Amino acid sequence: TKTRDSFASKMNDLVAKYRSVDEEFFEELEEVLISADVGVQTVMDLMEELEMEVKRRNIKDTALVTEVISEKLVEIYYGQDNEEIEKLNIQEDGLSVVLFVGVNGVGKTTTIGKLAHRLKEEGKTVMLAAGDTFRAGAIEQLEVWGERVGVEVIKHSEGSDPAAVMYDAVQAAKSRGVDVLLCDTAGRLQNKVNLMNELTKVKRVITREVPDAPHEVLLVLDATTGQNAMSQAKTFSQATDVTGIVLSKLDGTAKGGIVLAIRNELSIPVKYVGLGEKVTDLQPFDAHAFVYGLFSNLVDNQQKEE
Amino acid sequence: MAFEGLADRLQKTIQKIKGKGKVSEADVKEMTREVRLALLEADVNFKVVKDFVKRVKERAVGQEVMQSLTPGQQVIKVVKEELSDLMGGEQSKIAVANKPPTVIMMVGLQGAGKTTTTGKLANHLRKKHNRNPLLVAADVYRPAAINQLQTLGKQLGMSVFSLGTEANPVDIAKQAMEYAKAEHHDYVIIDTAGRLHVDEKLMGELHEIKSEVSPNEIFLVVDAMTGQDAVNVAESFNEQLDVTGVVLTKLDGDTRGGAALSIKAVTGKPIKFAGMGEKLDQLEPFHPERMASRILGMGDVLTLIEKA
Ligand SMILES: Nc1nc2c(ncn2[C@@H]2O[C@H](COP(=O)(O)OP(=O)(O)OP(=O)(O)O)[C@@H](O)[C@H]2O)c(=O)[nH]1
Ligand SMILES: Nc1nc2c(ncn2[C@@H]2O[C@H](COP(=O)(O)OP(=O)(O)OP(=O)(O)O)[C@@H](O)[C@H]2O)c(=O)[nH]1
Ligand SMILES: [Mg+2]
Ligand SMILES: [Mg+2]
Repeated sequence: TKTRDSFASKMNDLVAKYRSVDEEFFEELEEVLISADVGVQTVMDLMEELEMEVKRRNIKDTALVTEVISEKLVEIYYGQDNEEIEKLNIQEDGLSVVLFVGVNGVGKTTTIGKLAHRLKEEGKTVMLAAGDTFRAGAIEQLEVWGERVGVEVIKHSEGSDPAAVMYDAVQAAKSRGVDVLLCDTAGRLQNKVNLMNELTKVKRVITREVPDAPHEVLLVLDATTGQNAMSQAKTFSQATDVTGIVLSKLDGTAKGGIVLAIRNELSIPVKYVGLGEKVTDLQPFDAHAFVYGLFSNLVDNQQKEE
Repeated sequence: MAFEGLADRLQKTIQKIKGKGKVSEADVKEMTREVRLALLEADVNFKVVKDFVKRVKERAVGQEVMQSLTPGQQVIKVVKEELSDLMGGEQSKIAVANKPPTVIMMVGLQGAGKTTTTGKLANHLRKKHNRNPLLVAADVYRPAAINQLQTLGKQLGMSVFSLGTEANPVDIAKQAMEYAKAEHHDYVIIDTAGRLHVDEKLMGELHEIKSEVSPNEIFLVVDAMTGQDAVNVAESFNEQLDVTGVVLTKLDGDTRGGAALSIKAVTGKPIKFAGMGEKLDQLEPFHPERMASRILGMGDVLTLIEKA
């Protein structure tokens, strides 16, 4: 594919800058990956494998290392699965429900607005559920997004029971025959047991009303988050069986490398990336482009030095 | 893999050294490698880790550790001392202007906790210092940001100054100052919109607000879960605005919070407060000592010392 080729050629450019595959080369590679929040253990394992592979194949030429690096990283990402970008599980007929979960301030509400826009562009009818009844201004925030995108928002008053909001929203979505219901929830830190139980309950209410729902449980992760994202992925999965990740705020300088380890360890794929605060700033995840992005600093530095 | 604190990490080396009577340079090297890994796993920036480990090694190779009967504990002690030193003493003081009102500006990335912390600070100033702050809604971009601040103001029973979303944030800040003087508010806390440190236009806007209101404090609000990027963010905000202090939010989570060390190392600015929850009374003075223990996963240190 096209992204693949451009990825490979960029990696080639990058690695060609190094004359030989030596300790310095590996050290810089290691630093680049660590500074992208890939995670110490993953990086150490990767470096070990890489050095072994290089020795085994007796690789002296940096260009050949390119192949090995991209192979390994993409392998870490995909694991045993075949490398298809995973689409959102939206039913052909009937209602699909998507539940959004995550810690405070990562971008859940904003992502719902952006996804609603995307789905609408694809010709789907969309409805939003204001399940964050806790945070000041959360309902109004979702309402602004509803207006912006032109979709209906189901809400209760601040402080009410989020499970009750979900119940009403599912009923409304069913009776109005909408295609997709996007459910917002309040941000919560994963070590708050009560709040995590509340989330399980919210999910249960949805399943009770629509047996195969929610069709997706999307965990929103902030790309600036470090190793704690792994703990978030584990705990939110236990509470709600997360089916996919949205990696937000990739338009900054953070790389969000921890999703490699999350995919590798928990098999949760990234489905979308957030690239800004506008309605159009949501893109499907592309593993090759992502892996290249991890190295972009290295490339930039190299170019500066020239 | 579960997080291993420094003590866990050093356990293996300590077992090996036990009964050897003397610690070699190679042993120290092994121990400092574990220090490095523990800090990286706690999200301390790799450049900060590098400098830090170098200092620890220097001290360790000297008398202190190698001559000691309990080298593992000595390494932990050295690391903890260095870490606490680096993070400085407790500094939760807030500036007071010679002529009121005192102006505080809240800045930071999107979703860090600025608006919530604005409410918390106002609450703190009233409760602890008997002050009468004015909250200023200068975020005209994020949907319902003004509404959010107004709701917090209502919960606190405090005034919120707003000119809606059509006004320019610089004008909002300017008019808020006049309003505060007329209404005898002794503090003005300006909630600004979240922005990326690389967004030149919006960083320029902060600069203009700063020139307009000459704040006594500019607090950079940072999420404690931030990873390696914390240095870029902190360095950039500090270079462009010369912040006066840092508020670390969401410390009620289970993050190690290595960002604290990164920020302190690159900016030298004190971390003044810690956000410990979503409620308006959940703001605490920042404790550097506790943070050092947290980053290192030191809950288990006492047991280690007992075992040795
Ligand atoms: N730069 C950038 N900002 C984003 C992105 N996604 C969200 N944001 C911003 O991040 C901030 C928090 O976003 P929200 O959507 O309110 O996050 P949330 O997870 O719903 O927050 P809570 O409901 O408070 O837990 C807002 O200022 C958003 O505009 C993104 O992809 N890039
Ligand atoms: N658990 C916890 N949550 C916090 C803390 N501080 C803020 N939050 C939550 O983090 C989320 C974001 O907080 P805001 O105050 O809206 O952040 P902000 O920096 O103003 O966000 P933008 O204006 O969009 O840039 C909200 O859900 C807050 O309730 C804290 O110390 N602990
Ligand atoms: Mg929200
Ligand atoms: Mg705000």
